[in-house]
Amino acid sequence: MLGALALCRNIKWIRTVAVVGSLMLIGLSIWVLCDYLDNRAAGNMAEMLWVGSYPWFTPLNINLAVGVDGISIVMLLLSSIIVFAGSFASWKIEQPKEFFLWLILLSTGVFGFFISIDLFTMFMFYEVALIPMYLLIGVWGSGNKNYSAMKLTLMLMGGSAFLMLGLIGIYYHSAPEGGQLTWNILEIAQNASIEKGWQYFLFPLTFVGFGVLGAMFPFHTWSPDGHASAPTAVSMLHAGVLMKLGGYGCFRVAMYLMPQAANDLAWIFLILTGISVVYGAFSACVQTDLKYINAYSSVSHCGLVLFAILMLNTTAMSGAIMQMLSHGLMTALFFALIGMIYGRTHTRDVRQMGGLMKIMPFLAVCYVIAGFASLGLPGLSGFVAEMTIFVGSFQDSDFFHRFFTILACCSIVITAVYILRVVGKLLLGPVQDKHHLELTDATWWERTSTVTLILCVAFIGCFPNFFMNLIEFTFNPEFFRALMPAVN
Amino acid sequence: MESTLPILILALPLFTFLLLGLLGKYMKHGLAGCIGTASMGVTATLAYITAFTYFFSGSPLFMNAFGERLQSIVFNVTWLQFTPDIVDAAGQVIKSGLAIRLGFLLDSISAMMLIVITTISFMVHLYSNGYMRDHDGTPEKGFQRFFAYLSLFSFSMLGLVVATNIFQMYIFWELVGASSYLLIGFYYTKPSAVSASKKAFIVTRFADLGFLIGILILSYYTGTFNFTELTSAPVAGMDNTFAVSLGTAENIKNIFATSAAPVFLGGSVLTWALVLIFVGGMGKSAMMPLHIWLPDAMEGPTPVSALIHAATMVVAGVYLVARLFPLYLMEITSLEIVTIVGAVTAFYAAMVACTQVDIKRVLAFSTISQIAFMMVSLGVARPEYHHGLGYMASMFHLFTHAMFKALLFLGAGAIIHAVGTNDYTGMHGLRKYMPVTHWTFLIGCLAIAGIIPFAGFFSKDEILTAVFGESLYGYLWMTCVAGMTAFYMFRLYFLIFWWKDHKVHGHHAPKDQPWTMTVPLVFLAVMSICAGWFPFGNLVTWNGHPMFEHLSFWTNIDNLNWFVAAVSMVTALGGIGLAWVMYQKENDLPQKAAKLIPNLWDWCYHRFYWDELYMWVTHSVIFRGICKPIAWFDRHIIDGSMNGLAFVTNKLSVAIKGLQSGSTQRYVWFYLVGAVILALITAICTI
Amino acid sequence: MEIPMICYLLPALFMFCCGVYGFITRKNMIAMLISLELMLNGVDLNFVVFNRYLFPGSLDGMMFTLFAIAIAAAETALAIAIIINVFRIAKDIDVQDLTKMKF
Repeated sequence: MLGALALCRNIKWIRTVAVVGSLMLIGLSIWVLCDYLDNRAAGNMAEMLWVGSYPWFTPLNINLAVGVDGISIVMLLLSSIIVFAGSFASWKIEQPKEFFLWLILLSTGVFGFFISIDLFTMFMFYEVALIPMYLLIGVWGSGNKNYSAMKLTLMLMGGSAFLMLGLIGIYYHSAPEGGQLTWNILEIAQNASIEKGWQYFLFPLTFVGFGVLGAMFPFHTWSPDGHASAPTAVSMLHAGVLMKLGGYGCFRVAMYLMPQAANDLAWIFLILTGISVVYGAFSACVQTDLKYINAYSSVSHCGLVLFAILMLNTTAMSGAIMQMLSHGLMTALFFALIGMIYGRTHTRDVRQMGGLMKIMPFLAVCYVIAGFASLGLPGLSGFVAEMTIFVGSFQDSDFFHRFFTILACCSIVITAVYILRVVGKLLLGPVQDKHHLELTDATWWERTSTVTLILCVAFIGCFPNFFMNLIEFTFNPEFFRALMPAVN
Repeated sequence: MESTLPILILALPLFTFLLLGLLGKYMKHGLAGCIGTASMGVTATLAYITAFTYFFSGSPLFMNAFGERLQSIVFNVTWLQFTPDIVDAAGQVIKSGLAIRLGFLLDSISAMMLIVITTISFMVHLYSNGYMRDHDGTPEKGFQRFFAYLSLFSFSMLGLVVATNIFQMYIFWELVGASSYLLIGFYYTKPSAVSASKKAFIVTRFADLGFLIGILILSYYTGTFNFTELTSAPVAGMDNTFAVSLGTAENIKNIFATSAAPVFLGGSVLTWALVLIFVGGMGKSAMMPLHIWLPDAMEGPTPVSALIHAATMVVAGVYLVARLFPLYLMEITSLEIVTIVGAVTAFYAAMVACTQVDIKRVLAFSTISQIAFMMVSLGVARPEYHHGLGYMASMFHLFTHAMFKALLFLGAGAIIHAVGTNDYTGMHGLRKYMPVTHWTFLIGCLAIAGIIPFAGFFSKDEILTAVFGESLYGYLWMTCVAGMTAFYMFRLYFLIFWWKDHKVHGHHAPKDQPWTMTVPLVFLAVMSICAGWFPFGNLVTWNGHPMFEHLSFWTNIDNLNWFVAAVSMVTALGGIGLAWVMYQKENDLPQKAAKLIPNLWDWCYHRFYWDELYMWVTHSVIFRGICKPIAWFDRHIIDGSMNGLAFVTNKLSVAIKGLQSGSTQRYVWFYLVGAVILALITAICTI
Repeated sequence: MEIPMICYLLPALFMFCCGVYGFITRKNMIAMLISLELMLNGVDLNFVVFNRYLFPGSLDGMMFTLFAIAIAAAETALAIAIIINVFRIAKDIDVQDLTKMKF
């Protein structure tokens, strides 16, 4: 697994090498996936595979501990695909050397995050992923880029301050009376030692800390501005992968380590995420900037991820992971397409464009497909994820959960409204601007980028059970017993 | 039954869609058309073979010893597992978990739907080869795309009707919605088409929300999506074969009744679930008040209207209720709601249809009205009364309606293609120019008006008989609607083909269309004449039990309720007569009639202002009242508070930055004073 | 008879206070440096005295003092280098005027 990391670091800073590197990343991820499946098929029932631990700073018992399970593999796959598509999408960027350097540093952070099972190194990789974002937006961005970059970094840093507190708290309560303190997630989960009183304190800290990155209402405002200013590949990576760090972290750290508090406090966050699902969707309806529309739709979809995680049952959680995967791919697709359209028309205002279907059919068709995936058309990934979430959420029978589930279901209608509004305004209808008639359709590298993503989206949509098995196997029944004393 | 054939029925259109969608650009137009049509032809043949095997082979898979038709699951593949199967110690599955399965359920209604869909679809494919060209035979832009969409639609619709579980139905339900969206918006440069397609999708999406919630409720309590576990019981000694069973439905009802909260807001939870599912059906089948998308959907090419918005997709709602009929029987309230919605819609749509000028809109409203007939008929069906006559009548009407409505639409398409406008004011007196179209259109009108011996007569008569059995007022109401149907159809007919002589514009007079377009017309006309003679009661009933003991050519005639038949004939003839008087020759009677009831006429003409109401709700309430404030709130309050936080931090640091004066000695002073204070504090604390 | 500890501590305190006073009041950086040395030496003296009187068995204080003296020497060298450089740039070593490095 570390091979993936080493590769990232050793990459030379040329475009082609970047592409080859990301291709190799995909290859590695798939190889890991196959190996994982083999292992599972052979009856390896360990919670995580390839657990390895390398001492890093002994006094505080910090280790570079790695290990993967089904969820992290899915996330690795997602990240490598998006890095691949992203490097194609930023084919013509200025100062490619520095750009790809930062991009790859960012992806190193992401990969490291997904495979760490040591809280400290996890946090470290999290920060590694965060900092390049500032530079990528600040230097290669567009529009009000300084403001956005600053806002994004500061808000996320604020989140990580909470997070740091939470993590240190977890560390100091990780050992049952007087044992060796540990950062290792697996050990903490096994000991299940964090006292209930502390859990009530630490759970909100970690959940909010990761929730900021997961664009949870009301800490989501960095997302629209950040996305709007970021260059294409960064938007893709950011919405596609980085926002998943939030969901993944909430699940892996907050819920996994502090199940009792999760069980008792879920309702507060359920309200917040429930709001963010509908709120994001409604806000997206009136935006005029393509990237803002998408950013708000991300708020809505990522809200659904956290919402499902908080439902505390296997089905909903699998749905959440599916939704992360699906949202990652389709938002990346969206941002790639928006970047490509923006690169041609030099505007992202939907009111100034129209009838692009006639001018750039390839991009337009891809956009429609992305839109369909977003509004949950069967056969594409969105449907699978949303339906799993809704079915899972509905298993909780009290009125409160029902109410919020139905509220969340409403988002499928609102999503349809804003997606079709954009499609109608942007792609269909008569051509608005005569100058647009001279524009060209996608180039080969753009086609590669979008087609890769579309294939993935369609693959998940058509064969969801493959991923479902991969994810569902991961959920440890013990964990759920702790999580849901009432249900089981 | 082997599963090769059914798989092919589904796979072929899908493959055609992919082929034409991906490679269509590189094909000649004609080739794409041929591929699409040929593939649909093959699919139709396969579907016929399947359906005939089901109905007539008498195999124990499809029919039990009493001659009752069974449900047979040909194949069923797990597509998405939600909750794991519950397994006992020996590894045997006790109860399977919630999972979406993709499968093929063959029973009488799905076999019938296979025939309807593939027939109409094939006819429409053939017809489109002619329609989608201009007068010189040059194909329109996007010709291949059109056939790709048609294939996609056929695939989705076939998948819908053969669904083995309600979630599979939902999947294909969404897919037909999407293909309908694509096809309505086919002329995507036309703003009206774009907004119509958007409207259709969103309105049906809204209804699907109800459907989805209904499914969720149902599946939560019953733990299954499968139709066979909801409405039927397995036949002893056979795998994958089921018989419709009220016992199962009663069990389901008991599950609901014994649950923790069986009543919600005054209705039982099962009723709620069924009504919500029916809301999904209302959306697709354009029942009031979710009907507004269908008239607008006429912006799509006419073959599309014939296929999707007349014959197949819009009856999906009826099919859905029919599919879950035993469950609906358990909650009579839900059936009553179905009846009432149907009855109101039927009357409303008929009234509106009397005043429209766009011929496709007249047909659209007539479709709404006829589907409402089917709904009413389902709503009044009770097993006690004539073995659930209403159910059979509804399916029968679905079948005949598909034939004659497709015929009428294709006829209208031929006229529009020849004349170049949708408006009847641009037509008049076309009977001399387009004889084939004229005669086939007349047959369609007679069929829908319910004149013996055309198809509509039989099915409508069964419906009226079924309603008569349930309530007299309902019967009178529906008969009245039937009379209006005859009136507005013949109003349309006379206005198109009679009224006055046609003024020829431009170089060429309108003429009959090429064979690709006339052959489907003639075929469907023949079907509209003979479809009524099928002994439908022996093929499709709610529980598979045949209705008639002895079959002969006259079965349907023999089993007529002559009183109902006579009354409906008289009403229909009355309607036609009225239309004849008012519209056969140019006169001022229509204006006089409109002046007689100016308000009513206005309201009908404007479709009772439903569109305006929706426009107001979506624009003023939702868009301006919810979305805009939320966006404003987000920008100014939420983001404002974040920016405020940054602003305060900034101000604060500016305020205290004077402390860092750069003068070393001042720092030392601060340090010293601080150290002394600390020392003092420590000292005090220790003391 | 032993000389009481206070006899050592008082001069050390006096030295330290002189150093503080000088550090705060003198404007010349060299003078400040000298005051700093004075403070350091006062502290050193304390170290030695405490070691001698309180923990006669150990040598920790002595060692620290030696360390401090070594470091003070290095620090003085460094400080004088900095002062010379500052003088080269600013033509002045008055701390009151050298406030460029604020904010």
